[in-house]
Amino acid sequence: MSSQTESPAPGGAEVVTYREAIRLALDDAMAADETVLLLGEDIAKAGGPFKTTAGLYEKYGVDRVFDTPIAENGFCGIALGMALTGLRPVVEIMFSDFLPTAFDAIAMELPRWRFMSGGQTSAPVTVRASGGGGGRFGAQTSSTGESWFLQFYGLKVAVAGSPQGAYGLLRAAIAHNNPVVVFDHKAMHLRKGPLVRGDDRLADIGKAVVVRSGSDVTIVASLLMVNRSLEAAEALAGEGIDVEVIDISWLRPLDMATVAASVERTGRLVIAEEQYHDGGWGASIISRLATAAAPLASPPVAVSMPEILISHSPPLEDAMIPSAERIAEAVRSACR
Amino acid sequence: MTAPPPEVLRSWLEKMILIRLAEDKVMEIYMQGLVPGTVHLCQGQEAASVGAIGALTADDWLLCTYRGHHHALARGMDLEAFFAEIMGRDTGACGGMGGSSYVIDASLGMIGSPAIIGAGIPVATGAGMTARLRGEDRIAMCFFGDGACNIGAFHEALNMAQLWRSQAVFLIENNQYGEYTPFRDSTALPPEAPIAHRASAYGMAHTVTDGQDAMAVHEVVARARAQAVAGDGPTLIEAQTYRYRGHSRTDPGTYRPPGELDAWKERDPIGILAERIDASEAVEEIRARLQDEVDEAAERAAEGPWPSLDQARGYVFAD
Ligand SMILES: Cc1ncc(C[n+]2csc(CCOP(=O)(O)OP(=O)(O)O)c2C)c(N)n1
Ligand SMILES: [Mg+2]
Repeated sequence: MSSQTESPAPGGAEVVTYREAIRLALDDAMAADETVLLLGEDIAKAGGPFKTTAGLYEKYGVDRVFDTPIAENGFCGIALGMALTGLRPVVEIMFSDFLPTAFDAIAMELPRWRFMSGGQTSAPVTVRASGGGGGRFGAQTSSTGESWFLQFYGLKVAVAGSPQGAYGLLRAAIAHNNPVVVFDHKAMHLRKGPLVRGDDRLADIGKAVVVRSGSDVTIVASLLMVNRSLEAAEALAGEGIDVEVIDISWLRPLDMATVAASVERTGRLVIAEEQYHDGGWGASIISRLATAAAPLASPPVAVSMPEILISHSPPLEDAMIPSAERIAEAVRSACR
Repeated sequence: MTAPPPEVLRSWLEKMILIRLAEDKVMEIYMQGLVPGTVHLCQGQEAASVGAIGALTADDWLLCTYRGHHHALARGMDLEAFFAEIMGRDTGACGGMGGSSYVIDASLGMIGSPAIIGAGIPVATGAGMTARLRGEDRIAMCFFGDGACNIGAFHEALNMAQLWRSQAVFLIENNQYGEYTPFRDSTALPPEAPIAHRASAYGMAHTVTDGQDAMAVHEVVARARAQAVAGDGPTLIEAQTYRYRGHSRTDPGTYRPPGELDAWKERDPIGILAERIDASEAVEEIRARLQDEVDEAAERAAEGPWPSLDQARGYVFAD
């Protein structure tokens, strides 16, 4: 990983890695509510393939941290059964790319049972998945997957753009009474940032976060693209372009109010997304702005993945994942 | 296990007759245009649901399927709410959101009834885990068809259910067909072996029972229930049965060999139980009485209001 931007901690905050923030969120949620339990592959005795559950098995025991077989659809369905009967399971999907094996449970069962029952039941399940490129893992272990479930109404979807986001979103998701899919990004696991721990109200459901204020252009980004947008913003500041960066944080509900308010001031919009543009949240933002509010000063620009698949070959993967340079170039073109 | 007392057996007989009449009524109101979509009827399969549910306590959870009318009625669902749900009315058991394939009453422990084949099997496993983790005298009873035994969810769930000693009981209602295909044409098994045999791959207890005989089903489910709550793991039960009607409303069932239906009707579950408890004489009287109840409930249900879009919106997310 290139530039490891390490932000100084404001008062009261500790500085932790993104992956530690995930672990702390799970730990604090389990400590706060004994109905919270964890299911996933190699998460108990081994502490998780990404160490996001290290020590939790030892702390909470065999009845709260489950090593599952490699059976994603099965254990996501099991989580639904636990949730319908009073528990709050958190399921770890090792790589986002394995979510499609559990598509039935996550897309078709979790979000629909409450509706079909006429509100008699609810399914407080959190599915968390680590995704994203940069690890040279190739075509089947590099997707963010973040927009895959947006057509499955009934699910809420969160994307963690910082250690604080990783902690807050997860706490909010676990306490929420509806199924939530929370995505994190593998290439951010070792990045550090400030973290304020607390209860499950640190992050509001459906609330985007303005991570940098600016007056000329609005960049809306998710996951690793938040970091890259901040890098781009720093570079552009030297050129006299004042960039606002929004960590979108929730793809459903989508915080159009925050985005629209920002764009109303800046008049320019750049989407930075590690996914294909069509069918993604970035396209939704552009579409919703186009059908509402004041017209933009210049056409919106989306920085997305080219329509090719990701390879493990370094120059090819690097060309797929939007860089800070590509984002900066998009901002310049929006300002022209 | 001791057999249930006579008054209980009598109530089972009444329930099976009620289910039969209600299903015939569903068909009738369907033909009158009162039922949107399609329906999957269960005439002929009454004993499997009534016998199994007769072995449960009020705390037990149930997972059913799109062919689940008999489970709902065996569990005691209000008749008007039942018909209103099938008609898509606000007064239905699920506010008109579930329809024929998702008729549940959560206050009776019915927690789901998915239309996706096999999807309830992991869910039952999870509910059975809740019972185990809390140390409760409670199980999750899971009904599904022979066709569900070929989908991944079945195998994934059975593996975990046995591994973790989930307090679940799995019951295959083997009605001989998955849609229009005889189960042996889609299910690889040793010659003559029952589907339940597959449980042995997971070291899970399994048994086959006469699905036309409510008392036989009751006995195996009661035993499986006791085993599950004792922490000794789930059981895969195969109840051999038959659906008298086609797969869904429009299916005439022409793929069935001549004489097969009649042969199964010789072993009608209502007749078998009536004879067992020496109540054959009473069947007509019960039928006449329940027919009135069914007719009245369906009539009232048809007067129920349609749900609104705002109501539908309110059902998607919990607060
Ligand atoms: C995953 C899935 N595939 C296909 C279908 C369509 N389908 C509905 S019922 C059915 C047959 C199921 O047979 P079985 O499990 O034996 O249950 P039965 O209808 O006999 O009660 C099929 C294929 C479905 N609902 N779900
Ligand atoms: Mg069948």
